[in-house]
Amino acid sequence: MASNIDTLAQEIQGPSPAALLRRRVFGHYGLLFGVTVLIVIVALAVLAPLLAGQDPYAQSLVARMKPPFWMEGSDPNHLLGTDHLGRDYLARLLYGARISLAIGLIAALISGLIGTTMGVAAGYFGGRVDLVVTFLINVRLAMPVVLVALAVVAVLGGSLQVVIVVLGFLLWDRFAVVMRSSTLQVRGLEYVNAAKAIGCSTRRIILSEIMPNILNNLIVVMTLEMAHAILLEAALSFLGLGVQPPTPSWGLMISEGKQMMLFEPWVIAIPGVALFILVLAINLLGDGLRDITAPENRS
Amino acid sequence: MSEEPILAVEGLTIDIPMAQGTLHAVRGIDFELNRGETLCIVGESGSGKSLTSLAVMGLLPKRLECTARKLAFCGTELQGLPPSAMRQLRGNRMAMIFQEPMTSLNPAYTIGDQLAEALLLHRRVGKAEARTRAVELLGKVGITAAESRLSQYPHQLSGGLRQRVMIAMALMCEPELVIADEPTTALDVTIQAQILRLLVDLQREMNMAMILVTHDLGVVARVADKVAVMYAGEVVEQGTAREIFENPSHPYTQGLLRCIPVPGRTKPGEHLGSIPGIVPSLIGKVEGCAFRTRCDLAESACAKPIPIHETEGGHSWRCIHSHMDRMPA
Amino acid sequence: MLTFALKRLGLAVLVALTVSAVSFSLLYLSGDPASAMAGETATSADIESIRTLYGFDRPFLVQYADWLFNALQGDFGQSYYFKLPVSQLIADRLSITMLLGVCGISFALVTAIPLGVAAAVRPNSFIDRTALFISVMGQAMPSFWFGLVLIVIFSIQLNWLPPSGSGGWKNFIMPTVVLGYYAMPAIMRLTRAGMLEVLNADYIRTARAKGAGEWRVMFKHALRNAVVPVVSLAAVQMGFMLGGSIVVESIFALHGAGYLAWESIGRNDLPTVQALILVFAGFYIVFTFLSDLANAWLDPRIRVG
Repeated sequence: MASNIDTLAQEIQGPSPAALLRRRVFGHYGLLFGVTVLIVIVALAVLAPLLAGQDPYAQSLVARMKPPFWMEGSDPNHLLGTDHLGRDYLARLLYGARISLAIGLIAALISGLIGTTMGVAAGYFGGRVDLVVTFLINVRLAMPVVLVALAVVAVLGGSLQVVIVVLGFLLWDRFAVVMRSSTLQVRGLEYVNAAKAIGCSTRRIILSEIMPNILNNLIVVMTLEMAHAILLEAALSFLGLGVQPPTPSWGLMISEGKQMMLFEPWVIAIPGVALFILVLAINLLGDGLRDITAPENRS
Repeated sequence: MSEEPILAVEGLTIDIPMAQGTLHAVRGIDFELNRGETLCIVGESGSGKSLTSLAVMGLLPKRLECTARKLAFCGTELQGLPPSAMRQLRGNRMAMIFQEPMTSLNPAYTIGDQLAEALLLHRRVGKAEARTRAVELLGKVGITAAESRLSQYPHQLSGGLRQRVMIAMALMCEPELVIADEPTTALDVTIQAQILRLLVDLQREMNMAMILVTHDLGVVARVADKVAVMYAGEVVEQGTAREIFENPSHPYTQGLLRCIPVPGRTKPGEHLGSIPGIVPSLIGKVEGCAFRTRCDLAESACAKPIPIHETEGGHSWRCIHSHMDRMPA
Repeated sequence: MLTFALKRLGLAVLVALTVSAVSFSLLYLSGDPASAMAGETATSADIESIRTLYGFDRPFLVQYADWLFNALQGDFGQSYYFKLPVSQLIADRLSITMLLGVCGISFALVTAIPLGVAAAVRPNSFIDRTALFISVMGQAMPSFWFGLVLIVIFSIQLNWLPPSGSGGWKNFIMPTVVLGYYAMPAIMRLTRAGMLEVLNADYIRTARAKGAGEWRVMFKHALRNAVVPVVSLAAVQMGFMLGGSIVVESIFALHGAGYLAWESIGRNDLPTVQALILVFAGFYIVFTFLSDLANAWLDPRIRVG
C-alpha cells in the first residue's frame, strides 16, 4: 500500500495553482514579449511631452525632410528626422502612440460593452433573444467594415471622436460571438443551476456567477479587438478618411510619407514599424492570455 | 513444432518518456502464436496489453520507445523493416480491430469506400471487384442488405453494426493474423456475445491466428487456446487455456479467477473475490514483482529479481513461489 | 438537404434586406444628398429644387421602399459624379475586384493549408514555429503598409513589378500577396488546430492499420475532416477580403470596385456608395451561403440526416 500513500503525497505536495500560473506565464515567451513591449509603448506615450522635447505640430521650412540618426546628414535635434513640413518625426511618433492607444482602448471598450451585452443575453436567455442576436451578428458580419466606416466618417467628418465611436459601433461582432458561446457553456454548469435554485435574481446570476467565469475570454477578445481597431484607424487615416491632419496619427504619417517613399523609404518605414510592433505586442498579449487560460493547456 | 510461428515476440519493451520520468509500460514480454490459434491477453487497464498489440502492428506513437530481442511475423523480423514494407503487411497479412467502433470509422466516407480501400491498398483489383468483395464480407459478418449498406455513412449505423463493419474491413484481405483489442467493450451486453461468436467463427473458418485483448475472463474461457496474463507491463503467467484455468499458478491469476462467478459453483449472494489495492506506478525503475504490494503471499524476496517457472507443457509463471509450495486457492 | 438549403437561403435574403436598410438609413441620416448633388456653388433654391426633383423631401420609408424596389430590379440610380447608372459603373469595375479576390483567397489557401498541415504533423518542430511566426507577423502587419513596403522593394528598388495600374497580370501579383497574407494567418491556424484534433482520432489509426501510407492518411483521411471548418472560414475571409479590397486597390491604383468606392466616398457620391455596400455585403452573404452548402456536402452528418 506504500505506493498509494506516495501518490497521495505527490498530489498534495505538487505545485499550487498560483505557482502553476506563474510557471505558465513565465514559460510563455510570446506573452512576456507582448507585455514588455506594450508597457514600454504605454510609458513612451504617457511620457511623450517629456521625451519628445519638441512640439509635434511645429513646422519649420528650413528643417524639412531631415534624415533619421542612422543616415548621413542627420540632425541631433531630430533623432528620427523631420517630415515634409519640418515637423519632428520622433515627437509625432510618440504623440501618435497616444492616438493609437486611445483609439484602440476606447473603441474596444465601446464595442466590448455592446457585444458583451448582446452575447451574454443571447447565451443566457436563448430562444428568441438568441435568434435575434445571432441574426444581428450575421447582419453586422455582412457589412463591409472598411467601406461603412469610411462612408460614415466621410459624412460625419473625420475627427478623433467620430473615428473612435464609429469603430466602437462596428467592431462588436467578435465580442458577441465569443461571449454568446462562453455564456452557453457556463449556463449549463451546476453552480449556475444552484444559484437559480436558491432564487437568485437574473441580474445577480449574470453579474456574479456568469461574468467572472467568462471574463478571461472577454479580456482576450478585448486585446484582439484593440489591435483590430488600431489597424483600422490607421487604414482609415491612411485613406484620408480617418483622423485628419495635422493630428499625428501613424496611419496619417504613412499616408503623408507616401509621396516621399520613392526617395526616402524611412518616412513610411518608421511609423509602419511602430504600428506593426504595437499591434504585434497586443496580439501576442492576447494569444498568450488565451494560451495560459485555456483549460487544455493546464497540464 | 516445425512450422514457423505466425508471431514470435521476445523481450518486448515499451517505454513512454514523460515529464516525471520514463514510464516502463511494457517490460520484457515473450509470447508465440501459431497458425489458427487464439491467444488471449488478459489484464487490467494500464497493464500494457493494448500497447503490446499496437507494437505488433507497428502503430505505436513515435514518441514511445519500443525495443525487442525478437518481433517476428511469419519469420520476418518486423523491427527495422522499412515503413513501406510494414505497410504492405498491415491490413493485408495482419489486421486489427479496435475497441471503439463509434469513432474508428472515418465519418467523411461511406462504408463501401472504407471497406474497398482496405482491398485496393493491397491488391491489384478494380473498384467493382473491391465492392463485390465488400458485399461478400458484409454478408459474412451478418449484415443484411449488404449492397445498400455500402452507400451509408458510419453515423447512420449502430455501434454493433459499426463493429461488424470494422471486422469485415479487417478481413478484406484474408489476413493470417488478426488482433482484436477489446472489440466488444464499448458495445451493449447483448451485442457483445454476438460479436464475439462472429469473430471466433470467422477465425476458425478462415484459419487465422488471433490475438484477443480483453479483461473479461469469461470471454477468455470460451475462446482462448492460449492465455497470457499481464500485470503492470509484464506477462506474469501464460500457458494453454486449460492450464491457466485449471491450474493457475501466479497469485494474480488466482485472484482474477476468484473474481468471476462460476455457474453451478458460485451461490447467489455469495461474495465474489476482489484484489485489494491499485496497480503501482511504473514511472522510474521497477524492481522485483510489481504485484507484491497487493499479494497475500508477498515476502522480502519479492523485491528481488523474480525467477520464471516453466513446466513441460509450456505453462510458465513469474513468481518466487513455485507450483508446489503455493497456497491452495 | 433541400430544406436545409432553403432555410439558409431564407436567412441569407433576410440578412441582405437588413443590411440594405441599415446602410440606407446610415447614409440617409448622416448627410444631405441634395446639397451633395448640387455641389458647393449651388444656391439654396437649387438645392431645394433638386430635393423635390429627386424626391428627397419624401418620408424616409417611402424613399427606402422606392430605392429597394428599384435596387431589386438592378437599378441603383444615377451616380452623382459620373452621371451614369450606378449598376453599369459597378459592373464595369467588378471583374477586377473579383479577380483580385479569387487570386487573394487562392494565395491564402495555397500557402495556409500546406503550412497548417505540416505544422500539425510535427508540432513544435521548426516548421511549426515558422508557420506560427508567419501567421503572427501577418496578423500584426497593416496591409496598406505591407503594400507600400512591397512597392518600395519590388517596384522601386528591384524594378520587377509595376507599382500601380490594372493593365496586365503583373499588376495583380503584389495586391494578391497583400490581400492573401491578410486572410492567411486565420486559415492556417484553423487548419493546424483542426488537423491536430483529427490526427488523434481513432479513424486515423484505423486508416494506418489498413496499411494506408502517410500521405494518404494525411490528405484523404485527416484533411477531409479537418477542412470542414476551414471552408466556412475561407468563405468569411473571402467576403472580408472583397470588403477590404478598397484599401489594396487604392494603394496599387487597381481600378476595381474598391477603388470606385474610395473615389465615390471622397466625392460624396451616395448612390454609388450605397450600392457598393450592398454589393460587397451581397458577396459576403453569397459566399457564406455557398460555404454552408459546401459543408453539408463535405460532412455527411449534415447532408444525410
